[in-house]
Amino acid sequence: MYPEEYLYSREHEWVKVDGEIAVVGITEFAQTELGEVVFVELPDVGQLFDANDEVGTIESVKAVAEFYTPVAGEIVEINEIIVESPEMLNDDPHQDGWLIRVRYSSESDLAELMDAAAYEKFIEGEE
Amino acid sequence: MTAEPTLERTPLADLHREAGARMVPFAGWEMPVQYRGVIDEHRAVRERAGLFDVSHMGEIRVRGPRAEAALQRLTPNDVAKLTPGRAHYSGLLTERGTYVDDLLVYRLASDDFLLVVNAANRSGDLAWVQDRIGGEVEVVDESDRWALLALQGPRAAEILAPLTDVDLGSLRYYGFARGAVDGLSGIVSRTGYTGEDGFELYLPSEAAAPVWRRLLETGADHGLEPAGLGARDTLRLEAGMALYGHEIDDTTTPWEAGLGWVVKLDSGDFVGREALARQKEKGPERKLVGFEVVGRGIARDGHGVLVGGEEAGRVTSGTWSPTLEKALGMAYLPVATSETGREIELEVRGRRLPGVVADLPFYRRPR
Repeated sequence: MYPEEYLYSREHEWVKVDGEIAVVGITEFAQTELGEVVFVELPDVGQLFDANDEVGTIESVKAVAEFYTPVAGEIVEINEIIVESPEMLNDDPHQDGWLIRVRYSSESDLAELMDAAAYEKFIEGEE
Repeated sequence: MTAEPTLERTPLADLHREAGARMVPFAGWEMPVQYRGVIDEHRAVRERAGLFDVSHMGEIRVRGPRAEAALQRLTPNDVAKLTPGRAHYSGLLTERGTYVDDLLVYRLASDDFLLVVNAANRSGDLAWVQDRIGGEVEVVDESDRWALLALQGPRAAEILAPLTDVDLGSLRYYGFARGAVDGLSGIVSRTGYTGEDGFELYLPSEAAAPVWRRLLETGADHGLEPAGLGARDTLRLEAGMALYGHEIDDTTTPWEAGLGWVVKLDSGDFVGREALARQKEKGPERKLVGFEVVGRGIARDGHGVLVGGEEAGRVTSGTWSPTLEKALGMAYLPVATSETGREIELEVRGRRLPGVVADLPFYRRPR
């Protein structure tokens, strides 16, 4: 369910490190909790953020959730397709449903995150 | 997310869990908010049929030779016009003409009525009714006795017909009949809260689970599926129906809420009549309107509404509409700036989304 090569935050984001870029999305657990996503709001390319800054919102029929970047850095790309087809976030949160690509500025942010096994344990406590 | 252990549970709570429902606390009850997903369930009701557990609703029995006169004084609609076998929509109002609750009044027999009230207001309503008419009629809280299933959607009648001895063809909107559903006796009422044709089935608690199972089993061929409170909310919102605590509460009157049709000023004196007569003469200052969001985002309960850049009102309910595929909602606006087509702004988390005042209801079923 939760890819081994990803890292996970307590706010239910996942991070896939690809060289100097971190790809960020929300987890299967988060999309299930939210229900059907109807709007996704993402930051602008070029914006700079600190770790755990709010960078966007994800809105479902019943609720709205803020979305945070687990790593500090510059937004280098956003997933435009998800803005047009937000339901993809429910269908494939860990792959095609990625949200932002960040040129991260510090390895230490990554050290704060959980691996898949730790995250799975973490969400057991949330359920 | 586990529900609080102190929550009340309907007779169907275990079945909901087995069906994979997400259970949430609602008005002191543990209720299914969704099974497959709000949008799918919503569309099932619009296109085929959905089955809701609404057993959390409260039922108050009012009986006695003076029951008609007592309810006539307690509620704004005309109880004298209600014949046995008919129900109507009404309210409990304060002396200011504002809502204590909205409710359905069923006339079971000439001196026997059932009031169906919101779960959140059940104990308050009971005390309200007892204090005002308890001296002349028998008032009994029967909420624990009754389970309530709502079978809603264009195929509801064909799903229910083979399972009941009630002649559904002769049951008009807001008509009801005592009868059996799958051999278990209850009340079949042609009412609902979705904007579709459908039925509400009042059943003894112990009959709820077998009837629920049987309906889903035999209704599967017609595309029936269980639907949760999430879809119930989006359906009633599209149909422009008020929800207590949102569109109506103890600060709003029927005139303001667009529910003036429940007020029969010529049905004798009733609680709130004087205030309502006065407000009618003067004209209410604000009214409930529908709106559509033009930009991306959903304006929800409590968000501000701006007219000409100035704060003018508040959103009472807002959602994504699965039928219209856009964000819409209801809000109070000053009457002078409430006409359909007026451009407004909605204050959503520090941003201003453009919107437009729209006619209610958003959805009317094709006939």
